Amino acid sequence: MKIAVVQFPGSNCDQDCLRALTDGLHLPAEYVWHKQTSLSGFDAVVLPGGFSYGDYLRCGAIARFSPIMRAVVRSAKEGMPVIGLCNGFQILCEAGLLPGALIRNQSLRFVCQSIWLRVETGDTPFTANLQGRRVLKMPIAHGEGSYFVDERSLETLESKNQVVFRYVDETGDVTAGSNPNGSIHNIAGICNEARNVLGMMPHPDRAWDRKLGSEDGKLIFGSLAETLEPVVSR
Amino acid sequence: MLGVPMKVDVVVMPKQSVLDPQGVAVRNALKDLGLDSVESVRVGKFLELEFKTLPDEAKLQEVCRDLLSNPVIEEYTIRIA
Repeated sequence: MKIAVVQFPGSNCDQDCLRALTDGLHLPAEYVWHKQTSLSGFDAVVLPGGFSYGDYLRCGAIARFSPIMRAVVRSAKEGMPVIGLCNGFQILCEAGLLPGALIRNQSLRFVCQSIWLRVETGDTPFTANLQGRRVLKMPIAHGEGSYFVDERSLETLESKNQVVFRYVDETGDVTAGSNPNGSIHNIAGICNEARNVLGMMPHPDRAWDRKLGSEDGKLIFGSLAETLEPVVSR
Repeated sequence: MLGVPMKVDVVVMPKQSVLDPQGVAVRNALKDLGLDSVESVRVGKFLELEFKTLPDEAKLQEVCRDLLSNPVIEEYTIRIA
């Protein structure tokens, strides 16, 4: 098993992602430069957070046309697990692998804080170990994280259980006060219909050691690893 | 005409159905400055493109749709100057 961490110019969580995978979970992971055109030899891919291409035009708008993205789209269509974190989520939306868009936070402020999120479905490779609406603690750090999607697509997302994470309070309740950015229906993360592509604004890559304030991020990468290699042979 | 660049203006605006917090903040600032009658403000983008020769209309539409705007949240208009 080997996991790719894509580096775009302006990515700044690529090292966090690699360290989370290699140091946090002892999983084989390697950087893949955005100019590369193939993901052969990899079993999953992470699009890290940051400010790819300076977030010019719109977040993720230019990264979406990077050479590696063709391979990401192709692999995603073939069923490879793809996870986009923060800026990676924005790129997945721009690339059309996920519906909707991330727009400016309602407060107009960059938010950098710890939040609670509730796992809405265990039916993805990234949440398979997280049944029963677990509540996780993770940091967020973004200026454009307000999830928006038109009403019809929102209905589809909800009816097909594609909302994977929602912002909640500490007890797991969806409240206006626990929504840090104005996301519609408190949405923090969604998956595609085939359930192999996940985008989320919170940072599991910054929550894999108690020293970082939370280890809950390991649960997501851990689920992915066990989905890829069900026999625990690591 | 020779040597004069052809200009194409593209205006990208947030859709009416999308909340534009920037526009709301600007509207509130205008009110604070005494422009009491302002109802709403929406903030968009203006892109000025220069060409040696006028591009194919279909190609122009394609890049406006795929790169310069995001149809989920924005609308664009093209003006050939």
